[in-house]
Amino acid sequence: MELALSVILVLMILGALFAIHAKDLLSAVISCSIVGYGLVICFLLLKAPDLAIVQIVVETITLVIMVAVVLDSTRQEPFTRPDPQGWVNIAAAIIIVVVLFFFLKVASGSLDHFGRGTLRMAQHYIEGAAAKTGSANLVTGVIFDFRGYDTLGEATVLVTAVLGTLAILRIKGKK
Amino acid sequence: MKGMTLIVKETTRLLAGLIFLYGIYIIIHGHLTPGGGFAGGVVVAGSFILLILAYGSDYMHLTREETGTTITENLAILIALLIALGGMAFGVKIFFSNWLPRGTVGELVSAGVIPLYNIFIGMEVAASILTIFLALLIFKEELTK
Repeated sequence: MELALSVILVLMILGALFAIHAKDLLSAVISCSIVGYGLVICFLLLKAPDLAIVQIVVETITLVIMVAVVLDSTRQEPFTRPDPQGWVNIAAAIIIVVVLFFFLKVASGSLDHFGRGTLRMAQHYIEGAAAKTGSANLVTGVIFDFRGYDTLGEATVLVTAVLGTLAILRIKGKK
Repeated sequence: MKGMTLIVKETTRLLAGLIFLYGIYIIIHGHLTPGGGFAGGVVVAGSFILLILAYGSDYMHLTREETGTTITENLAILIALLIALGGMAFGVKIFFSNWLPRGTVGELVSAGVIPLYNIFIGMEVAASILTIFLALLIFKEELTK
């Protein structure tokens, strides 16, 4: 399974890289969706169908809306002159990646091997969730009972997003 | 925005109801099978977006004021909050506690308030995604007018 995951991850990175360098905005949008659909397959391989359903539907709706937006625009990326001080950004990015990778290497030493064993927290959830919440689907039991505040935050984020969209897109002022 | 061809319109007319029902199924069985309020709500919103894209916005007369989706969204999140507050009033007096009887694990009517949360979160997600889509659409209509 790790081999399949690695292949999909490499494909996703290639899609993201192509999306940055594509000349046409439509091909950039479509190659960017490789990342989303690759993530769906990763979720299915990691046995998380709840996330896979959400991801595939959200990705499809986003792709449809983005294609509609791009078809309405000029479809060409504006030409930007190469930045003379671009090497500073590149050096900073490389240094940050190296530092983060070092900390990841140190932190992952104390974890279990990939795909084997569960964390102490997850062990409690798996043992007690069905009896304590009465929900046969453990994920729903966790997100609506043990982590109710989290879910409330997620729902509030959607409300805030709608408020922001309506505030930005209103052409006529309020009378 | 104009609608699409006759083939797309007929296919959409046959499929949109099924997609809507599938979203409702995912929401209602959220505590039994994979899925839940968030996944089902997005599927329900997707069926409406499919209809609007296929038939075009002229079919819906979108230029007048649209408040239904916004009101649905705000009412749904308010009711979900009130259910969570109900935990303070009944049972063990904790915010977000499960204050209804839990029933047998695995039946459709079980798990206390979790199915209610699923239903209202599903309504909220569907209405908010539809609101964002309609806002973008009305913005474009007003720009081209």
